[in-house]
Amino acid sequence: MKKILNIGWKDLIVLFRDKGALVLMLGAPFVLTLGLGLITGSFSSNSGSGLAGIPIAVVNEDSGELGQGLADVLFSADLAELLAPDTAVSPQAARQLVDNNDIAAAVIIPAGFTAGILPNASGQVGDAVSIEVYANPARPISANVVSSIVEDYINQVETGLVSVNVALTQLVMNGRITPADTESMMTLGQEMGQRLINQDAAPQPIRIERDKAAAEAASNPNFLAYIAPGMAVAFLMYTVALGGRSILAERDKGTLSRLLISPTSATQILAGKVVGIFLTGVAQVSVLIAASALLFGLRWGNLPGVVLLIVTVSAAATGWGLLLASLASRPGQVSSFGTALMLTFGILGGSFVQIPFTGLLAQLSKITPNAWAIEGFMSLSQGGSLADIAPSLIALVVMAALLFGTAVLIFQRRSGALIAR
Amino acid sequence: MSEPILTTKDLQKSYGDNQAVKGITFSVLRGEIFSLLGPNGAGKTTTISMLSCLLTPTGGTAVIDNHAIPQDSLAIRRIIGVVPQEIALYDELTARQNLQFWGQMYDMKGKALKQRVDEVLEQVALSDRANDRVETYSGGMKRRINIAVGLLHKPQLLFMDEPTVGIDPQSRRRILDMVRDLRDEGMTVLYTTHYMEEAEELSDRVGIIDHGRLIALGTQEELKQVVGEQETVRLNFGEGHEANGHADLFNGVDGVLAATSLDGEIVLSVKEAAAVLPAVVTRANSAGLPIRAIEIEEPNLEAVFLHLTGRALRD
Repeated sequence: MKKILNIGWKDLIVLFRDKGALVLMLGAPFVLTLGLGLITGSFSSNSGSGLAGIPIAVVNEDSGELGQGLADVLFSADLAELLAPDTAVSPQAARQLVDNNDIAAAVIIPAGFTAGILPNASGQVGDAVSIEVYANPARPISANVVSSIVEDYINQVETGLVSVNVALTQLVMNGRITPADTESMMTLGQEMGQRLINQDAAPQPIRIERDKAAAEAASNPNFLAYIAPGMAVAFLMYTVALGGRSILAERDKGTLSRLLISPTSATQILAGKVVGIFLTGVAQVSVLIAASALLFGLRWGNLPGVVLLIVTVSAAATGWGLLLASLASRPGQVSSFGTALMLTFGILGGSFVQIPFTGLLAQLSKITPNAWAIEGFMSLSQGGSLADIAPSLIALVVMAALLFGTAVLIFQRRSGALIAR
Repeated sequence: MSEPILTTKDLQKSYGDNQAVKGITFSVLRGEIFSLLGPNGAGKTTTISMLSCLLTPTGGTAVIDNHAIPQDSLAIRRIIGVVPQEIALYDELTARQNLQFWGQMYDMKGKALKQRVDEVLEQVALSDRANDRVETYSGGMKRRINIAVGLLHKPQLLFMDEPTVGIDPQSRRRILDMVRDLRDEGMTVLYTTHYMEEAEELSDRVGIIDHGRLIALGTQEELKQVVGEQETVRLNFGEGHEANGHADLFNGVDGVLAATSLDGEIVLSVKEAAAVLPAVVTRANSAGLPIRAIEIEEPNLEAVFLHLTGRALRD
């Protein structure tokens, strides 16, 4: 086992010291992701790629404190760098600005927002109304940032309300204040508490309503969150082809003969090469994912799920690389086949652009690690759990096992040809 | 230097109808440098490949330290070290990383491996460049690291397959000195070459191989007796006069036993140089080949090969 890991580790070092390979393994997918992100405006601003000065419109039709509080938050100095808010004359005007792609989102605070949360002088609470965040689907990250700010504000209001009511209840229960003084407040506290407890049954006291545009943005999530895993997996196919090529390159350089002359079995050598390809794939995808998370602010979702997907997609891709090497007779052939495979799988598996294939093409897309991995990564980025990506994980593991088995059989039949040049 | 560490009997290797090694029989004694001398394509590398368990013989037997090939290949691979003709290293790794990796392939590890790596680096005089990538090395330096890999696990028997091909004279000298030092330290060396000078300088015994057959075997003195009192005469012609293709011109001269062209010169195997030279000069002049220089050599392995095959070693 030690020798297998030694061979794998050696291959990882050798590949990561190849500047040309590094450019294609890490540079190309990163630059393509960056470029496509800029082209599609996925970095949220009209001119730049940073998250700053997000243009929004605020319409406050509420006459109460809470509506004004939210407006104050959006216009506050603390958010001055992040947001570039402006006041719109009407909800329609604000929505129009979004539709024209002039702003990232419109925050519309309807009349009665405060009254639907806080009791009036007689202790009555009005009907709950929703704040509307009208999001621009072309600027999903920016729109999500605005939604997050509004949600954060609402959460603070809810937390405050519940805390006050619980505190009052405790004071009364402990006899620290008399019921006569707090009767109306007790009523309010119980009512609010009951509302929160029965959230499923009763309407939420506060909720954010996303309109059609926002819903579209949610169902068609950030293009970057789609293209980043797509590119990572597409270029993973290049990497595994490069790894497969190294098996034949070792033969041509004479190092394979030297390995076979040492007290190292052919099985150990092949396993070591597989480990090397696999480790390189894992390292490549991990670096790309970490970089996109740090630099683009992408949220990849459930970490164990992401790790499992990286491992399984690398294993499946390694299987393809191994199969290529087992079928080819020259290193150059593996490179050529590998490039062709990368492009074909990239298109079929949706790495470059999401094409809703039907019929045979839809079936063919399922033989690509790309399709399964992208599906899994997308699911995780939208909040999916391990259970949600189980089909992808299983498919990738099965694919890896089948490809390994086939490649090993071919290698065994061609062992003489692999040693001789 | 008595009992054999390696013995082959009628060892053969065929690829379909092509018989690369046609049944060779020889022994290598412990502690000696045994050279397989022969031109390119003679079957030297194929023989080494069989003896290092890389190729399976199609006939005959070979035994190394009482282990039969290919049945006991694992045991044999621990006994032997191989310096292949090609530079089988990872250019992207440093010399030290290469040596550590290859040491691991021989089950070496930890401090013992580190210490051994330092020793072989010193042995090949490359300690100061140990942490540089091999891709930055000259051809000669790469050859020395290639040899160092073969020495790492202190093999009893070292196969060196044309270890000086394509390097400068200084590096060649260093390698030849190293091979002699290894023999002096008790290592047995099987050395293949097509350079007569190397075989003459290094070998305790020589096997001459041609077209897959071992055509002569013995000490240098024994081999030179094959040609008796023969001498080698080298004829060098002036510029613009190509020697190639004119060897046959001298085959009919009385006293000339064999003639061949090599490196722009005519090489003659003659009984007595002084007696034959006037006729040789006359023949050259009449053919319009002005002789610029004549060199007379004592009997050597080149002459032996010429005598046995009618061809020069590097034909």
